[in-house]
Order: sequence, then C-alpha cells, then structure tokens
Amino acid sequence: MSGIPRKTAELKQHGGLNGLRDTGLDEAELLACLARTWQTSKGLYGWLATVDHKLIGRRYVVTAFLFLVLAGLSALAIRFQLAAPEAGRISPDLYNQLFTMHGTTMMFLFAVPVMEAFAVYLVPLMIGTRNVAFPRLNAFSYWIYVSGGLMIWVAFALNTGADAGWFSYVPLAGPDYGIGKRPDFWAQMVTYTEVSALAVAVEIIATVFKLRTPGMTLDRIPLYVWSVLVTAFVILFAMPAVMISSTMLILDRLVGTKFFDPAAGGDALLWQHLFWFFGHPEVYIIFIPATGFVSAILPTFVRRPVFGYLGIVLSLIAIGFLSFGLWVHHMFATGLPQLGESFFTASSMMIAIPSGVQIFCWIATIWGGKPIFATPLLFVLGFIFTFVIGGLTGVMVASVPLDLQVHDTYFVVAHFHYVLVGGAVFPLLGAVYYWFPKVTGRMLSERLGHWNFWLVFLGFNLTFFPMHILGLQGMPRRVYTYPLDSGWGGANLFISLSSLVLFAGFALFFLNMLLSLRNGRVAGENPWDASTLEWATTSPPQSYDFAHLPVVTHREPLWADPDTFPVVEGLRVDAREVLGGTVADAVPQLRVPSADNSIWPLLSAIAVGGTFLASIYTPWAVVWGAIPVSIGFICWFWPKGEPEDEE
Amino acid sequence: MLVLATALFRGRLREASRSPLQIDSHQERRLGIAVGSATALTVLVLTALTIGSFFAGKSIASLSGSEVITIRVTGHQWWWEIRYPKIASSQEVVTANEIHIPVGEPVRVKLDSLDVIHSFWVPSLAGKRDLIPGRPSELTLIADKPGIYRGQCAEFCGYQHAHMAITVVAESREAFDAWRFGQDADAIAPASDEEHRGQAAFLGTGCALCHAIRGTPAGGTVGPDLTHIANRRSLAADTLAMTPGALAAWIADPQSIKPGAKMPSIALSADDLNAVVTYLGSLE
Repeated sequence: MSGIPRKTAELKQHGGLNGLRDTGLDEAELLACLARTWQTSKGLYGWLATVDHKLIGRRYVVTAFLFLVLAGLSALAIRFQLAAPEAGRISPDLYNQLFTMHGTTMMFLFAVPVMEAFAVYLVPLMIGTRNVAFPRLNAFSYWIYVSGGLMIWVAFALNTGADAGWFSYVPLAGPDYGIGKRPDFWAQMVTYTEVSALAVAVEIIATVFKLRTPGMTLDRIPLYVWSVLVTAFVILFAMPAVMISSTMLILDRLVGTKFFDPAAGGDALLWQHLFWFFGHPEVYIIFIPATGFVSAILPTFVRRPVFGYLGIVLSLIAIGFLSFGLWVHHMFATGLPQLGESFFTASSMMIAIPSGVQIFCWIATIWGGKPIFATPLLFVLGFIFTFVIGGLTGVMVASVPLDLQVHDTYFVVAHFHYVLVGGAVFPLLGAVYYWFPKVTGRMLSERLGHWNFWLVFLGFNLTFFPMHILGLQGMPRRVYTYPLDSGWGGANLFISLSSLVLFAGFALFFLNMLLSLRNGRVAGENPWDASTLEWATTSPPQSYDFAHLPVVTHREPLWADPDTFPVVEGLRVDAREVLGGTVADAVPQLRVPSADNSIWPLLSAIAVGGTFLASIYTPWAVVWGAIPVSIGFICWFWPKGEPEDEE
Repeated sequence: MLVLATALFRGRLREASRSPLQIDSHQERRLGIAVGSATALTVLVLTALTIGSFFAGKSIASLSGSEVITIRVTGHQWWWEIRYPKIASSQEVVTANEIHIPVGEPVRVKLDSLDVIHSFWVPSLAGKRDLIPGRPSELTLIADKPGIYRGQCAEFCGYQHAHMAITVVAESREAFDAWRFGQDADAIAPASDEEHRGQAAFLGTGCALCHAIRGTPAGGTVGPDLTHIANRRSLAADTLAMTPGALAAWIADPQSIKPGAKMPSIALSADDLNAVVTYLGSLE
C-alpha cells in the first residue's frame, strides 16, 4: 500500500497517545482487532442492539419488500373486484380499505423506506467510512418505521383499516365523516414513518458531508450518493408539512380543534395545500434515488464513466428545488385563480427540463459505451422506456384544460404508475440485481433474472397502458364498481389478467433471491468490475466495512487504480472510530468516535411508538408518554466517560 | 427512443478490450453538443406547450359571464340535489340527479357541498370542478348537440362514490321550457284507491321524514325531492333505471343495492310496498 497523503501521515504521528492504532499492526492482528471492536454480538440481544448500518439497512430492505408484498396483494384483490362490471366480490367498505392500504403502504411503507434502506446500506461503503454518522439514530429510525407499519396493518386486520384514500382528504377523514378510528390510525402511521424518514435524512446529510474518505472531494462523490444527499434535503423540508397536517387532523378528531372545519372558520382546502406541499416532493423523494441507481448501474454495464457528471448533479439539485413548486397541480379542479394555475402549469413543465437532461446524459453514456446486457442494465433500459412515457403523460396532465378532464380518472392512475413503477421500481429491481452480490456474497441467477425482467416489463405495460384509454373514456378512479353499459368491462378484464403476469414477475424475483441466497455463484469482491468504493471490500463486507479506509484520487477509483490505492492509517482499532473531514474537499480534520451497540434506541422507539399509539385514544398519552420517552433518551445519550471525550 | 436503440446497437459492435477510462475527446464534444441541443429543443417545446395551455384555459374561461340560466347543484353522500331558482313566472324547483338544459345556451352551475368533497364532472360537456364544503364555486356547461350525457362524481367521497352519477339532458329550448313548466306544478294528487293507499303509507311510515313531495305534508329535506320522481330516468343517482320493479326493489332493500347508502330499509307489507310504488310511479 503506497502513497499515504500528508494529512493522514500527521495523524500517524499522534498515534499511540491513547488507544491502540492500526499503525504497525500486522494484517491478521488488525483484522482481529477491528472485528472485535465493530462486531454485533451473537444472540437475540445482539440482534436487537446492533447499530451496524449494513444489518439495519438489510433489515429495512427486507421489511420494505414485505410491505410491497402486502400492498401488491391488495392490488390483486382490487383487480379481482374490477375484472367485471357490477361485480359483488368485495364489499365497498372492504374495497375502500384495500385501495387506501395499497396506496398508503406503497408510498409510506415501501417506496420511501426502501430508498432510505439502500442509502443506509450503501452510502458509508461508497464514501469509504465505517458507519453512518448517527448509528443509534439509524437503529431508532428502523424500529419506529416497523412499528408504524405493523400498527396500520394490524388495524386493517381488525377491520379498522384506513379507508379515505392515501391522501385522506378532509372532511371525509375528519371528525364528522371518518369512520371509527380508521383515519386516526392512518394519521399516526404517517407520524411514525415521517419521524423515521427525518432521522435517516439527517444521518445521510451528516454522513455525506462529514465522513467522506480523504480525497473524495465534492466532484468525486458517486452520483448515487449525490442523489440520496439531494433526497435527504427534500425529505428535511417536505416531511414536516405532512407531520403538521396529520397532527392537525388528529387534533381535530381527538380534541375538537377546528383546523379543517369550514363551519367553524377552518378550511377544508388547507389540508390539500399542506398535504400536497409534502405529497409532490414525496414523488421526487422516491424518484431521485432511483435516478441515482441508474447513474450507478449504467457506467458499470456500458463500460465507461457517465457522460455529463456535472450536468447530472446540477439536474438533481434543480429537481430537488423545483419539486417544491408543483404541489398545486394536484388541485387544479378545486377552482383556483387562472393566473395561479398557469404558474403551476409552467413550473410543472419546467421540471421536465432537468429530468430530460438526465435522460439525455444517460443515452449519451450508452452511445459512447459498449453495453453488456446483464439484468441490471435491462431494468435500466426498461426504466428509460417507461419513464419517458410517464414523463409525456406528465406533461399532459400539467396542462390545466387537459387535467380538468383526466384528473381523478384512470388516466392519472396510469400516469403515476408509469412514473413510480417505471421510474422508481424498475431501477430498484435493477439495483437489487446489481448489489445483491455485495450484500450476500452470491450472484442472482441471470437466467431467472431475464425472465424476471421480461415478465415484469410486459406485465407492467399490459396492465397499466390500457388504463390510459379507460381514463380517457371517463372511468373515474377509486370506484369499487362500474356500470354494465359503460363498455369498460373488456379493458378491465384485460388489465386484471395482465396484472397476474406482473404478479408472476415479482414472484420470480423473490424466488430468485431465495434460491440464489443458497445456491448462487460466489461473487467475490467486484463481480461486475465496477468503479466505486463499495466494490473494494469483501462481499458481504465485514462489520468494519474496510480494513483500511481507502484514499480516493479519481472519480472512478477502482478503474483508475485497479490493483492498489492509498489508504488511511492511524485510526484506533480498540474503539469505534471513523474519520471526519471538511465538507467540500474531504480533507481529514479529526477522528470521530462512532457509537457502540445499544439496546436504548429500541427501547426508546417502543416508548415513542407506544405514546403515538395511545394518543389515538387519549390526548393525555402525550403527557404520560413523555416519561418513558425521556428515560429512554437519557439512557441512550448517557456519557460513557471515555478518555476520548476529554481529549 | 430511436436514439436509444441505435446507441445500444452501435455499442455492440465496439471492441471489448478498451479500458473504461479511455475516452475519445472528439466524441465527447459531439455528445455534448447533442445533449445540449436536445435540452434546448425540450425547453422550446415545453414553452410552446405552456403558452398553448394558457390560451386554451383562457378561452374556456371566457365562456363564463354569458349565461342565461343558473342552476344550483349541491353534493350529498351519494346523490346530487338540483335547484332551479325562482324566475319571474315560476317558483323555485328542487329535483335530484337529473339536469335539463337547453341546447346551445351556456348554463351557469353553482356548486356547493354540505358534507364531504365531491367533484362535478360531465366529461362530454366540461372539465371537472370540486364541490368543497365552505367554498362555493361554479362552472359553465354548454351542450352543442341535444342528447343525454352521463356524469359522475370524480372525487372520492366514501362508500358509494362509485354510485354517484348524474344525468344531463340537453334538449331544444321548447322542450326545456315545457319540462321546466311541468316541474313548477305541485305533485299530482292520488287518483285511484291504490294510489291513495300508497300516499298514506308514504306519509305514515317515515318516508316523509327525509323526502319531500310538494303539495303533500311530506317535507323532508335529507333525501331527494320526489315531487316529479316518475319523470326522472333513473333511481338512486343512476344506480338503477326508473322502472316499477327497480323502484320496488330499491324501497324494499336499498342496502343490498347500494350498501352504505343513507336510505334505511323500512318494513312495509307487500301490499303497502306495491301501493307506494304505484303512487310514486304516478308522480309524473
């Protein structure tokens, strides 16, 4: 190993002041020390107390995919009912719960968390550090997320499933028309998942800004990391809006405030503004990391760096900003002043520009490269195809006169599935195929992968394309049935049958994962010959990620120095320590202690979750719940009195 | 899409041995120009579309202000209340789920809701407009051709959102005036014994608590006005066609036809049920 930069050499001189450093240890001894320091202890306690970003990230992904299965099954039930006109297979009461749970689960419990999960797993590996910035907060966020998801699905199983649609418009979800406790469970679930999303956003920002390995200046950050950084900022500014609105809804329902009651001076439209101020950026919270997947997968499989790195970074940032200026296009039918509507038409059109720049850069990348048609690339190509269609229909619904016709019809249902499934789930599946070897050490089967891709791609298009036509023919969304003489029966039957093809595609995806976990080809460190840092360590990575933190000298480090590259020395190996650097140039500044395993994030999450749950029934829960929550947090942050603290 | 396919095909022909970082600077410049001009083209097209959309919106908006007739529509879970306001020669008329308009004349529809948000949408005549409690709004309808147009609530409003349709009948000015004149009259008084029995059952078993029949003591305002119910084309917001059989089935058991609807099942003897159906069927 050669070329230790000056800054790290200085660190080395301080070595030995306190603690055991990695300087001068031989390789076997070093690995043993690191493993001892960073390990997750065996058994249930260790499992519950771990703060390893890889274990938490993996857990997050698995949980999110379980929610995907639940939401997918609700969609199948919906299609079962809609396959024939005037069908009485599912009662309207259950149907309304099913489509609400489908949307709610997909948006809040699958799409956003799965993107965060990948970020939690990958970011530290891609920027060359050993854990995220706030490891215990990370564990806490997972427990809060999983308890929110469990809560709303248990409520559904007890016939208290949310039933006012995933955006729960008032007054339908309000105190006078919301049925039983259904909207309360919905509103509290939002609070849970937003708390966990905000926690992850904060971690990601701090990790990317401060924990990058030496040499990883801003213009060498992998594009995927840029995308999750932008997403984290969007989360930070968008999520509070929905937390406020869901809290106001709970207050209206529980303690009789009148935020949304027009008879008492409130405003039903206020809900829509607050919700969509979050709801539109939400789409980009899902979509931006997916573009990051594309920018990570593409160079590996066309064998050249992405064309227009700077252009893509600037597009990501532009999309992040513009995503806050579009929310009113969900509300064109509410009757706003014409000039206001025109403004939001223009801003909705404008966001197509940075999205277009990204697409053009990717096509240019393919143009200048030599594509290898492995499954991840297939999903990326499927994404470009589908997303372009979704983008075009998006431009159509941005226009007020058109939108007033197709708003709340199946045209819109088709549009957002093209954007979200085509734009986010396709890259996500590609990402699973791409990083599965890193996470498990084994390759997914390429043969099943090709079948998987074609079934999902064809099944998706056959299911959702006809919905455009149904929408133009006037079929509204969210109807549990439609008249015999409407003439929509044939198309609906076709859609329901096609959805089985899509379902088979996903079944194959899960089957491939299960089979390959056991029998897949052993991957090795860098099976795809990719260029970013996560491929410079073992598959799966050890608890400490890297034996030596790598020093980066190029935007594509593993392509520039395929065999050797410089590393950092001087970090402690007997206590958890990572390297903190400057924001712009990642010049090392200090050794940062990294939190050890702890059970308190879990216990705090139980206290917080219990408080949220009880507050559905009584406002006093907030008062009494504050006691266990405070105890949890005090124990979590109790200083350990380590000598490093006084240094 | 074509460019993408070409890019993929081109790449297949390329030799594999090159290092991924070896990049042809000439080609990079050409790619840069291509991406730049594609972006510029996107900007131009989007600008044109935005301007086009603005003027289309403006010309639709310019329709309002020239209306002769005004109708008030109130959304309820799950039916439409329709009021034709008092004009010089006639009184205010309340009906439900069926709008009559004269062909070729712009009609102002004033929208309001007293419960949850609904959305008024007759696809062939106009775009949608939400009915938001506390925020009255309006819309201009114009039918170029006579005909019967179906519309439907377009904002999810609970259990029976799927069964909240509305019918718009566009007819000649003469036909419209005749209809409007007919609506002005009070309900036809019962003639036969059966109709008398039906009216008595209607007034005696609770129907009148929710429904009004002008010219009788029935004055409920919770459900649709039934003064001229036999004139309407459908029942329960276009859930059923208006036939004696459908009327009987609906009165006997509304909850199995439209689960969750606000109309309760009322226990009527078979004879009373038939009598009520006959009576309502006479209310032309």
